[in-house]
Amino acid sequence: MDTPAAAAPGPGEPPDSPVPGRQPGSAASATPTEPAVTEPARTGPAPTGPAGPGKAGSSRPKPDQPRPSRPKPGRLRPAKLRPSSQGALHIPLRVRFGFLTPAVVILLAIIGWPILFSIWLSLRNADGSSFVGLHNYVSIFTDPSTLTALRNNVIWLVTAPTLACALGLVFAVLAERVKWSTAFKIVIFMPMAISFLAAGVIFELVYQADPNIGVANAVVVGVHDVFAPASHYPNAQPRSTLGYRSDKAGYTSPDSYTAGSVATVPLTGYSVLDLPKSAAQAVTAKPVPGEITGTVWLDLVYGGGGSPGRIDPGKKGTPGITVDALSGTTVVAHATAGADGTFALSGLRPGTSYHLALPASDFSQPYAGLSWLGPDLVTPAIIVAYLWIWAGFAMVLIAAGLSGIPRELQEAAKVDGASDFQIFRKITIPLLAPVLLVVLVTLAINVLKIFDLVYIIAPGSTLPTANVLAVQMWSVSFGGAQNQGLGSAIGVFLYLLVLPAMYVNIRRIRRERRES
Amino acid sequence: MTVHKRSRIGGTALAAAAALLLAACSSSGGGSGSATASGAASGASATSGSAAGALPSLKGKHLTVLAEWTGTEQTDFQAVLSSFEKQTGASVSYQSGGSNTGTVLQTKIAGGAPPDVALLPEPGLITTLAQQGAIKPLSAAIQQEVAADYGPGWESMGTVGGKLYSVVYKASDKTTFWYNTAEFNQAGITPPSNWTQFLADCQTLSDAGITPVSVGGSDGWTLADWFQNIYLSEAGPAMYNKLAHHQIPWTSPSVIKALTTFGQLLGNQKYLVGGDAGALQTSFNNSVTQTFTTPPKAAMVFEGDFSATQITSTTKAKIGTDAKFFPFPGPATSSGASGGSSGFVQVAGDMATALNTDPATMELIQYLASPAADAIWAHEGGYLTPNKLVPLSDYPDATTQQEAQMLISAGTNVDFSLDDLSPAAFGGTVGAGYWKDMQDFLKDPANVEGTAKQLEADASKVTWSS
Repeated sequence: MDTPAAAAPGPGEPPDSPVPGRQPGSAASATPTEPAVTEPARTGPAPTGPAGPGKAGSSRPKPDQPRPSRPKPGRLRPAKLRPSSQGALHIPLRVRFGFLTPAVVILLAIIGWPILFSIWLSLRNADGSSFVGLHNYVSIFTDPSTLTALRNNVIWLVTAPTLACALGLVFAVLAERVKWSTAFKIVIFMPMAISFLAAGVIFELVYQADPNIGVANAVVVGVHDVFAPASHYPNAQPRSTLGYRSDKAGYTSPDSYTAGSVATVPLTGYSVLDLPKSAAQAVTAKPVPGEITGTVWLDLVYGGGGSPGRIDPGKKGTPGITVDALSGTTVVAHATAGADGTFALSGLRPGTSYHLALPASDFSQPYAGLSWLGPDLVTPAIIVAYLWIWAGFAMVLIAAGLSGIPRELQEAAKVDGASDFQIFRKITIPLLAPVLLVVLVTLAINVLKIFDLVYIIAPGSTLPTANVLAVQMWSVSFGGAQNQGLGSAIGVFLYLLVLPAMYVNIRRIRRERRES
Repeated sequence: MTVHKRSRIGGTALAAAAALLLAACSSSGGGSGSATASGAASGASATSGSAAGALPSLKGKHLTVLAEWTGTEQTDFQAVLSSFEKQTGASVSYQSGGSNTGTVLQTKIAGGAPPDVALLPEPGLITTLAQQGAIKPLSAAIQQEVAADYGPGWESMGTVGGKLYSVVYKASDKTTFWYNTAEFNQAGITPPSNWTQFLADCQTLSDAGITPVSVGGSDGWTLADWFQNIYLSEAGPAMYNKLAHHQIPWTSPSVIKALTTFGQLLGNQKYLVGGDAGALQTSFNNSVTQTFTTPPKAAMVFEGDFSATQITSTTKAKIGTDAKFFPFPGPATSSGASGGSSGFVQVAGDMATALNTDPATMELIQYLASPAADAIWAHEGGYLTPNKLVPLSDYPDATTQQEAQMLISAGTNVDFSLDDLSPAAFGGTVGAGYWKDMQDFLKDPANVEGTAKQLEADASKVTWSS
């Protein structure tokens, strides 16, 4: 782009200039009011300067000096101001530096100075009052919470850009194959339009433990309950004062019963409001020879009261509860409680004593889903949120790269009998490598400074587990401890981590420029 | 520095005339008509020297105020400030520092442009700033006002090195334990009056198929408040203050005892919604909401009076009928008449401090300390003050009146939240120090000794102000 523009001036521009009044559009209308004041001031000793105040026609520039008379300063392009080989344009050094000064001042003030100041701060104590040498840098590698943050940054760096890139590649290739690829791309790219903060809030809700709020757990619980339905009486248990033994299999009665006796199994720990509608007033079972009969009921009345262990009026049976007769550890009989809570265990040998057992499947707690934001899953969960946002970005860049690949190669390979996967693996991927590198490096820089998602999604209790350097930097500097020395040291360290990625990027840009 | 020292009118007779003139040329848009009238009126009464209700003319003065309030609270506070503007003719601009007000203030001080008045929720920071000289001792008039309006406990709270540096403007009662009345009715229990009975009630609720307690363990400060109430009720205010300034170690027997007591609740997975893992995933907001939502997930939730705001904004429960509170249950042996069930009240609050000694700054703080300023916000609700002169009838409902009564009648048995008294590096950082140690304790309530050791190790890392 530079080269043709720089070569153009001599022959390309002048022809329209020597003909006054011929210029169309804005150029012509701008001529009469040509800024006589600003123009000379800006171009310094340019020869057209003094001609400015003259009439429009007479002030037309001569063919050999067209540039300085461009109507608006805004149109000045640095490339065109370069002195051509003929020496048609000469700008003094001080003018060039004059143009450079504002940019340099701004860069130094808002980038250079803060970097130096951060380095200076990082060598000082918490409130910056005394010099501590490299102590803060030593703390980075000795403080366990910073080490956790560092470890998490490594996890992020290894997984997030690679996965985003892989997903982007898959999406881009898929998008090429479908008719509605634009719609597909828009949908995948849409999360990019959402700020990190908003995305963090969204995923914080997605990962809520309560399946009624968090969609992730709603799915997990829904799928789980299809295969393992919830128990009828979660959390219910025989009244704790009766001494029922509890193990994984369920509850076993402390007393033993023989055929013909009547058992009572009072339950607690279950809300009377949650009883099934079929539940009726519990009744005492009648003794039946050759059977163990009994009642299993919810030993509670609304509002408290009633005597524990007694079948008072108002206490209801727990229909559907399984009661087993145990001989040793083997189940020899099996019964289910009716609406009034009565059950009868038959087929028992007379004279033998049996224990009653209540299998745990009736009482097991409802499946609560996964603890997405618990210590084990919090970092992977946040990385998924990150992928949701950035996979679209990777896809768009890779799709652009894909469209630039010459089709002939793929077609030739197809003619030679290569499978789709072989073409993808041996032709598409190698040709895409430069684009993939760009995506990877960009995302790597992005991931190193990840802050918002971690800070918002991780609850306070697992924030230490999900910590990353950028969050740690904020926490120690502003999150309470006010240790700006350590915070600056982490900031400088983070900067050093980004440097290699920036180096790769700059080298690539240089090479591309050279190649073009 | 931000106070523009223009002409200050002292004389009574001059006041009216000068106010008229100033109103004409004043650039601050304070509403010239009313400001003139009140300026003259207050100028007249200023000579009488009475402390209450009379405000001098501060026409032309400009004051900046920094506090943490946003949203509705900001609107309410600005109504308080605009009343000051109307009465004095000064213009007051409010800036919110949000939850990082302490950091914002320190940055402003470092930048050389502090506000005139800052309301800070951390006494620990106030002590530090007072020792640095960044905030100034309050005037004699304010001291009189505080002595007349506030209980001795509140006065000593604002005192650093024998001088009064701050005055509590908005207080919160952190000794309130909220319960769902329907759940209590179902289990047939009444609010417990001591810790033993509290644990018995937990068992009764659990037997009745109701999870007793909702704990917002995702926020470490809620657990810290739990511990502090237990510690305050068991060890008493003297020990509490020693611990708050790290004059006794966190491994002391009193801490061990309080942690053991706390562990009696936390150790029973059936007493907590979702067990310990669930509690650690529950934020303060959710812990309150899930206790009063339909169907409720728990019968009780502990946190301060501000829980009421969360209840009314996120559930259909009505304060005073569906949701009520009882004072935090203290040990069974002690008996107290007021405050918590053992007579103490743990509080938090926003304390007004002066960043300069300008008379206008002092006037504003004195105004904030006076019942007139309190009444404006008290009417709106969501506000408590320990100011004795604010009649209970100024509060919108019976529950708030009960809370205000607790603050006033606590007398000397009132103690600021311990984590706010501590240096923020220990008691105010998410995911570190005190709060994190309490979360680890929630995970493993049997580890009393280990928790105490970890607390002491973290406390030893930071510098404590005397």
